[in-house]
Amino acid sequence: MARIGVFICHCGENIARTVDVAKVRDAIAKHPGVVHAIDYRYMCSAPGQELIREAIKEKGLTGVVVAACSPHMHEKTFRNACTVAGLNPYLCEMANIREHCSWVHSDREKATEKAIELVRFLVEKVKRNRPLTPVKVPITKRALVIGGGIAGIQAALDIADGGYEVILVERQPSIGGHMAQLSETFPTLDCSQCILTPKMVEVRQHPNIRLLTYSEVEDVKGYVGNFEVTIRKKARYVNEEVCTGCGACIQRCPQKRIPAEFERGLGRRTAIYIPFPQAVPNIPVIDREHCAYFRRGGCRLCEKECPRNAIDFNQQDQLITEKVGAIILATGYDLIPSDLYSEYGGGRYKDVIDGLQFERLLSASGPTNGEILRPSDNKEVKSVVFISCVGSRDRSKGIPYCSKICCMYVAKHAILFKHKVHDGQAFVFYMDVRAAGKGYEEFVRRAIEEEGAVYLRGRVSKIYQQDGKLIVRGVDTLSGMPVEIPADLVVLATAIKASDGVTELAQKLGVPVDEHGFLAEAHPKLRPVETQVAGVFLAGTCQAPRDIPDTVAQASGAASKVLAMFSQEAIEREPTIAKVNEQTCVGCFECQRVCPYRAIERKEIRDRQGNLVKVVAYVNPGMCAGCGACTVACRNHSVDLEGFAEEQMFAEISAIVAA
Amino acid sequence: MTAYAYFPGCSAHGTAKEYDQSTRSVCARLEIELNEIPEWVCCGASPAHAVNHLLSFSLVAKNLDLSPTNQIVTGCAACFNRFKTTLYTLQHDRPLWERIRQIVQPTKLNGSDFRIAHLLEVICDDFGLDNLKERVVKPINGLKVACYYGCLLVRPPRIMAFDDPDNPTKMDELMKAIGAEPVEWEFKTECCGAFHAIPHPEIVLALTSKILQAAKDANADVISVACPMCQINLDLRQLDLKKQGKNFDIPVLYFTQILGLALGIAENELGLDRLIIDPLPKLKERQVV
Amino acid sequence: MKQLAEQIARTDEVPILLTEEAQKFTQEVIGRSGERVDWCYQCGKCTAGCPVTFAMDIEPSRVMRLVQLGQEERVLRSKAIWLCVGCQTCTTRCPQEIDIAKVMDTLREMATEKGYAADREVVTFFKSFLDNIRKYGRTFEPMLVFQYNLKSGHLFQDADKAPLLLSKGKLPMRPSKGSMSVQRIFDALEGNKR
Repeated sequence: MARIGVFICHCGENIARTVDVAKVRDAIAKHPGVVHAIDYRYMCSAPGQELIREAIKEKGLTGVVVAACSPHMHEKTFRNACTVAGLNPYLCEMANIREHCSWVHSDREKATEKAIELVRFLVEKVKRNRPLTPVKVPITKRALVIGGGIAGIQAALDIADGGYEVILVERQPSIGGHMAQLSETFPTLDCSQCILTPKMVEVRQHPNIRLLTYSEVEDVKGYVGNFEVTIRKKARYVNEEVCTGCGACIQRCPQKRIPAEFERGLGRRTAIYIPFPQAVPNIPVIDREHCAYFRRGGCRLCEKECPRNAIDFNQQDQLITEKVGAIILATGYDLIPSDLYSEYGGGRYKDVIDGLQFERLLSASGPTNGEILRPSDNKEVKSVVFISCVGSRDRSKGIPYCSKICCMYVAKHAILFKHKVHDGQAFVFYMDVRAAGKGYEEFVRRAIEEEGAVYLRGRVSKIYQQDGKLIVRGVDTLSGMPVEIPADLVVLATAIKASDGVTELAQKLGVPVDEHGFLAEAHPKLRPVETQVAGVFLAGTCQAPRDIPDTVAQASGAASKVLAMFSQEAIEREPTIAKVNEQTCVGCFECQRVCPYRAIERKEIRDRQGNLVKVVAYVNPGMCAGCGACTVACRNHSVDLEGFAEEQMFAEISAIVAA
Repeated sequence: MTAYAYFPGCSAHGTAKEYDQSTRSVCARLEIELNEIPEWVCCGASPAHAVNHLLSFSLVAKNLDLSPTNQIVTGCAACFNRFKTTLYTLQHDRPLWERIRQIVQPTKLNGSDFRIAHLLEVICDDFGLDNLKERVVKPINGLKVACYYGCLLVRPPRIMAFDDPDNPTKMDELMKAIGAEPVEWEFKTECCGAFHAIPHPEIVLALTSKILQAAKDANADVISVACPMCQINLDLRQLDLKKQGKNFDIPVLYFTQILGLALGIAENELGLDRLIIDPLPKLKERQVV
Repeated sequence: MKQLAEQIARTDEVPILLTEEAQKFTQEVIGRSGERVDWCYQCGKCTAGCPVTFAMDIEPSRVMRLVQLGQEERVLRSKAIWLCVGCQTCTTRCPQEIDIAKVMDTLREMATEKGYAADREVVTFFKSFLDNIRKYGRTFEPMLVFQYNLKSGHLFQDADKAPLLLSKGKLPMRPSKGSMSVQRIFDALEGNKR
């Protein structure tokens, strides 16, 4: 006979405000099989858990239903409590009366009714639950880090220093990411290259890191601890084994006017190129699109020039397959296109640039050698206007979020501009200055108080050209006056968005993407570096806009999660997986066709003489994710899902229908 | 031959007579059939929507009811805007639509399935610039034109869906097609002050003088417009600006007048003589006439 | 001196008094316009782009702010709402997607209903214009200007231009008339009000 205990949580006011918990308790207490029903303010707290443990022991419960929040939140908590009291954890279920009820309803009476229903059908399910034991799966103790910016570099180094192998994949020809493009960093004004390049070199030299640049992840199979990834290593047309990075080929290349991606179009590069002098690896790549040989045959001057015969025009893309146990996504960000605003010229004005372009103008190794010159005519800039929140916090552009880093880098730009152009004037249009970080507020005050930047509170409505200047028409809402500034240069602090292609990559991994295209963390507060997919972690701006210190901290956090996982001999997986009834299975393998996890294998059944009797389906417990697709596809009900068996599901449905 | 219901707008019978005149000549020449909406009424312009939105929508709905077809063309940017805004609002607000029907008591109007086009769209998009090029008998070579679109053709873009709200190019493309040289300038959609010409002419003078100056700075010979309100503010108010010592002396033509010249239509059929700033000296200088 | 005296006479208006009723006017404006004035975060882009800010007593973004603070009198008594020319620049560029020009329409409508007419010239012009439509179904420009000049007291405004316009054939002698059913529309709307 089932002896079920029901524990109803108030969640402070979260549930109790909308659901009459006492009424739920009284109603469910009368339900057949329920021998114990109580409510409590915080069921997840230590005394709350104690209530469950005591009841299990004292009342000899055979099943537990906790009516509280989402199982995502606390299923583990309550199942652990049951385990401690000697009850198999899989005999404990949660009825979600918060997200599925109190948070989405306002009518107290109806919400209470619904809560009773939710609890009732879970009681019916739990009556039919069987004790289950987690599946143990071995781990491949090698990690894959996707993205070689500061986030990926930090994560790779931390894991490698922990003694495990790391494969670092970067789609650009060099690692370094956006940080390599920056001149100096706030709030200390450290030279970005100076603090980044030693780490880049360390990556290159680390015995535990295998660096694959100019490479992209094509496919991911498997599951936590046992992923199989396919990486496309794009043809560089330069043999990495023999190239010394002498640069003779670059000198010789006749195609010299190609807009350089690293300089964000402000500088030029050749068709065979190294993105920047400190690139890692320091090996050039040939850009097929602009190379004279690939365009029309002939040329091959680089090949003739190379003293090591490293140029290989016949090189092909390589597909590399590797087994890894964990994956860290560190795919970074892009800026939105700055031509999004037609009132700011819509890309028509050369002297309206974005923040990263201004970094390149500031950089001593940039296209102007660190002089602040206008892109249109190379005239020295005397008056510069910085505009914050271009795209960010702009509902009309579909970007309601704050890009977080702009307030600080705009202050940095204003300071660095003043350092370079002593008689120049910087103006900053802002809506709010968000400087919540160590030393940040002081840094912004420094821009205003010591470097003389004029801060104007308001947005800019229009920019147009007149007499060789850009006329910036804005407002200072503090004085209530429209403002007009004839400027030499305008820098737009354009919004941060997740990198191009990250959605496609996320789909390959099954990682959810949030409404704005950033990768979604498992829990915004308590699991910020994990994803919903076990074994896949996040680091840096792929998850949300953030600055370098936060990125590095998060990358180290993700790395420590991987290290914790690798410190175990095997990982436990949920036993809620499919199971085949070999007696009835006819071997049609419809289940294999529909399984998205490639978990169904063929199993031969032989008699004692070794003669093949029949072939049936077999579920690999390591790969099955318990999605249940096979159970629906099976024509004669030979596959069932542990923990979600048909019998249990029908009991739930019957309980609802009966009501 | 495509037929359109034609909504001339009130100024067509007064200050913008030459716009109506040149519109009809050009359309006749291009075999675009215009059927003037019988007994059409004022769209209400700014004064109606400014103080009584129901009146404003009702006046447009009245015209829809009077219209012989559901494809309507007008040359006036303000009327165009009122029609488009009304259709957009009524299509998105069913209860309001019912209320307007009660007020207007339409005789045949059922749905809001209308297309309201500005004359520029009819010529550039429906007729097509490639076709137009074939009809040009006297290319307007060498005439530098500042195309002025004003506010209401392009804004708000969500409703008007006409062209880029800051740098529209439809009229510029038309000018190129007939051989003229549209100048790059920044005041294509800056406001001329509109109805303030009567209650607060000083506002109009302040705004138009900036627009006229920008056109001059861009070395334009003439300004081309697609709205009677814009035209009179930019043209007639030059007389007042002259009294302030600002002598622009820049002719402001309707685009249909320039187009008419390219199509070989006689000057008197285009009403060039009705313009306040006489365009003939400039047109002669550029050998357009 | 006179200005200072006027300012001091308004001592009871400063500071802005906020009570539990403060949002009544705000909600009325939101309800009637259908526009989320409460979304305005005071970026000022409307003020920056407005072609007539220079002539306004309260700039557009501050009109929005005063609506948020429920300042009915201050807003409906302002000249700014009448100086708004409806060019739609603010509406086009508002990052919070507020149709500010439409809010201005609503405010003028409310000001008219409550008998505020802070800008006599604009109000007179609008009245003359609508009278014209009611009478002829269309506007008859010479009559419109004549009527406006008479009512506003600017008797000879633009009179100097009449002979020129006449010579250009731009001043018709007789009105062109539209469907007289407009009168029914006006009547229906007046009935509506009652």
